[in-house]
Amino acid sequence: MKEGKYTFVQGNIACAEGALYAGCSFFGGYPITPSTEIAEFMSEKLPLRGGKFIQMEDEIASIGSIIGAALSGAKSMTSTSGPGFSLMQELIGYACIAEVPCVIVNVMRGGPSTGLPTSPAQSDLLQAKWGTHGDHPTIALVPNSVEEMFTETVRAFNLAEYFRTPVIILGDEIIGHMREKFRLPEPGELEVIDRKLPDVDGLCRLPYRADGKHPACLPNFGASRFHVTGLNHDESGFPTMDPSIVQESNSRIIDKIYHQRELIDKVETKYCEDAEMLFLAVGSAARAAEEVVEEYRRKGIKAGLFRPVTLWPFPKKQFIPYAEKAKKIIVPEMNLGQLRTVVERFARSEKVIPVNLVNGEPLDPEFIMSTIEKCSK
Amino acid sequence: MFDYSTYLRSAKLPHIWCPGCGHGIIFKSLLRAMAKTGWNKDEIVLVSGIGCASRLPGYVDCNTLHTAHGRALAFATGVKLSQPKFHVIVVSGDGDSLAIGGNHFIHACRRNIDITLVVFNNGIYGMTGGQYSPTTPYGDKAATAPYGNVEPQFDVVELAKGCGATFVARGTSFHVPQLDDYIYKALMHKGFSVVDVVEACYTTHGRKQKTKYKNNLDMMKWQRDNAVPLSKAQTMSAEELKGKFVTGIHHETERREFVENYQALIDSLKGGKK
Ligand SMILES: Cc1ncc(C[n+]2csc(CCOP(=O)(O)OP(=O)(O)O)c2C)c(N)n1
Ligand code: SF4
Repeated sequence: MKEGKYTFVQGNIACAEGALYAGCSFFGGYPITPSTEIAEFMSEKLPLRGGKFIQMEDEIASIGSIIGAALSGAKSMTSTSGPGFSLMQELIGYACIAEVPCVIVNVMRGGPSTGLPTSPAQSDLLQAKWGTHGDHPTIALVPNSVEEMFTETVRAFNLAEYFRTPVIILGDEIIGHMREKFRLPEPGELEVIDRKLPDVDGLCRLPYRADGKHPACLPNFGASRFHVTGLNHDESGFPTMDPSIVQESNSRIIDKIYHQRELIDKVETKYCEDAEMLFLAVGSAARAAEEVVEEYRRKGIKAGLFRPVTLWPFPKKQFIPYAEKAKKIIVPEMNLGQLRTVVERFARSEKVIPVNLVNGEPLDPEFIMSTIEKCSK
Repeated sequence: MFDYSTYLRSAKLPHIWCPGCGHGIIFKSLLRAMAKTGWNKDEIVLVSGIGCASRLPGYVDCNTLHTAHGRALAFATGVKLSQPKFHVIVVSGDGDSLAIGGNHFIHACRRNIDITLVVFNNGIYGMTGGQYSPTTPYGDKAATAPYGNVEPQFDVVELAKGCGATFVARGTSFHVPQLDDYIYKALMHKGFSVVDVVEACYTTHGRKQKTKYKNNLDMMKWQRDNAVPLSKAQTMSAEELKGKFVTGIHHETERREFVENYQALIDSLKGGKK
C-alpha cells in the first residue's frame, strides 16, 4: 500500500475526483440515479477552481454543452445512467465524426426504460458500442473498484484528448455507490495528457488534415477561424459528398483508434495461463467472478479470470489465446447476454456458459457457481 | 456600399439556398449587423442546428459550429459558459429552434444567457421538403398536412417573453433596414436576445398554397401587407389585427445574465468564503 492519506469514499466521488485530477474544467449534466453524486460533487468543486458547472435541461443538452465547451478548449464531462445515456446517443456520434474530446460517464442501472432506477445492472455494454447511428469509433472503460473509478476517469480524459474522440466510462450502481479505501494521488503521479494543438499562424485551413491513421489536430475556437460540422467533411472541415473522401474519413475515425491499440488496451488477468474454466467479466460482475475463481482454485479446479478494463475496443488479441485453450468460458454479467454475443464470435457457443442476472440484485459468487453446476449437469 | 467580402468565406459560395429564399436576405442583414458591432472575428462563434437556415455559418469567416437538429443552443451554452469572451450567435430555422429545439429555447430564455438567437421563421420545414412546423399558418397545406394544417402556431415573441428572454424583436425579410437594426441591437444586448424573422420558402411552402401565392414575390408582398409596426398596432383593435403580425422591438429589459452571474459566484468563492 502506498503511503499517504487514505479516505473512505464512494465510487462516484472517486470518478469526479479523477475528472478534476485530469483537468476537467467543464461539466454539463442532468440528475439521474445512480450517477447524481458526480454532478453534485462537480457543482461544488468546479467553481472553486474557476471551472464551470451547469445543470442542463436534459441529457441531450448536457452532451451538447460539453461538446461546445470542449471545442472552446475545456476538458469536459457529463455523467448519467441508462435513460439519459439513451438520450445522448445522437450527439455521441457527433463528437465521433467532429472529433471532439469529451468524457461520458454512465453509471448503469436496470432497464429497459425507467427500469430499476436504484438497482445495479450492466445494461448498456452494447449500447455503449452501438448506440449511436452510423459506423463510429468507441472507447469504453469499465472500472471495478473505487480506485479504478478514479484511475479510469483520468485515463478516459487522456484517451479522449489524445484520440480526439468521446470516451465512455461504464460504471454501475454497485461500483458507483460502494465505498472503499482511497488515496488521492499527488499531482504528477499519474500521467495527464492534453490535446495536441496545431501551430496556427493565422488561419488553420485544414483542421481535419490527418494522415490515414491519426486523429485530426484541430485548434480550439478562438485560435483560428474554422468550421465544425456533423456532416461528412473533408480536411478543411467543410461538408463533402465526394465518395472517396467520405470513405476515407469514415474509415479514419475508426482506424485512428485501432491503429494505436496499445495505448487503449487494458486487461487484468488472473490465473489465465492454464485456465480450463475461463471467466470473462467486467465491472462489479468481475468482482464476484474473481471470488469464484479463487474458490475453484482452492478446490483444485483450473479457473482463471479475464477482465477487460477497456471493454471497447474488445481486447480480442489478448482474449483469443486463453479462449482457445479453455474448456469452458463462463460469462457472468448483469444483463441477458451482452458480453456473451461478443465471446461467441471467438469461441464455439457450446463452450460458453452464460450467467445472467437482471433482477436488480448484485451478481454473487453463489449464484455464479450454482448456475455453472446446473449447466454442467 | 457595404463590403461583404471581409465576413464571407467567398470560396464556399454559391450558397445552397433556392432563388427567392428569405434566408439570404437575413444572412446579409446579419453580416451588416455583425460588422457594425466591430467585434473581432476571432471572438465570434456562430452556431446553428440543421436545416436550410442552419447552413449559414459555413459561409461566414469566424468560428463556426454546425451542430445537430435542434441542439444549437445547447452547444452554444457550452461555448459561452466555458469561454465568456466569445460573442455567441445562433441561427436556426423555426423547426430547429421551436420544435425539436423547443426545450433548449425556453431554457436559454430562462437563464438569460448572453447569446443572440435569430429565428429564420419561414413557417415550414424547408430542408426536408415542406412538412408543417410549429409556425405553419393554420389551414396552410404542407407535405404532412395535405388537407391543411390543423395545428395552432407558436407566437415566437410571446414565447420568448414568457420564458424570460430580455430582448425580443420581430422583423421580416421584406423590411430590411429595420431588420438590420433589430439584429444589431440584439447583438449588443446583454442577456438572451431573440429576433424572430418572418420570411418565406416558396419552394416547399408557397407553391402548395395555390390560391394565396403565385410566386415568391407574392410571399414578399404578403409580408409587406401584413406586418404592422408596434406603434401602429397599439392604435388598432383586436379585430383589425386579425391575420396580421406585429413587428418591432417587443421587449427590452435588464436582468441578471447567467454567465456573469456564474463568474460572480467563482469570484466570491475565490474571495475566501469557502
Ligand atoms: C434528429 C433529426 N430529426 C430530423 C432531422 C431531419 N431534418 C433536417 S432539417 C429538418 C427541418 C428543418 O426545418 P427548419 O428548422 O424550419 O429550417 P429550414 O430548413 O426551413 O431552414 C428536419 C426535420 C434531422 N436532421 N435530425
Ligand atoms: S427549400 Fe425553402 S428554406 Fe430551403 S433554401 Fe429553398 S426556399 Fe429556402
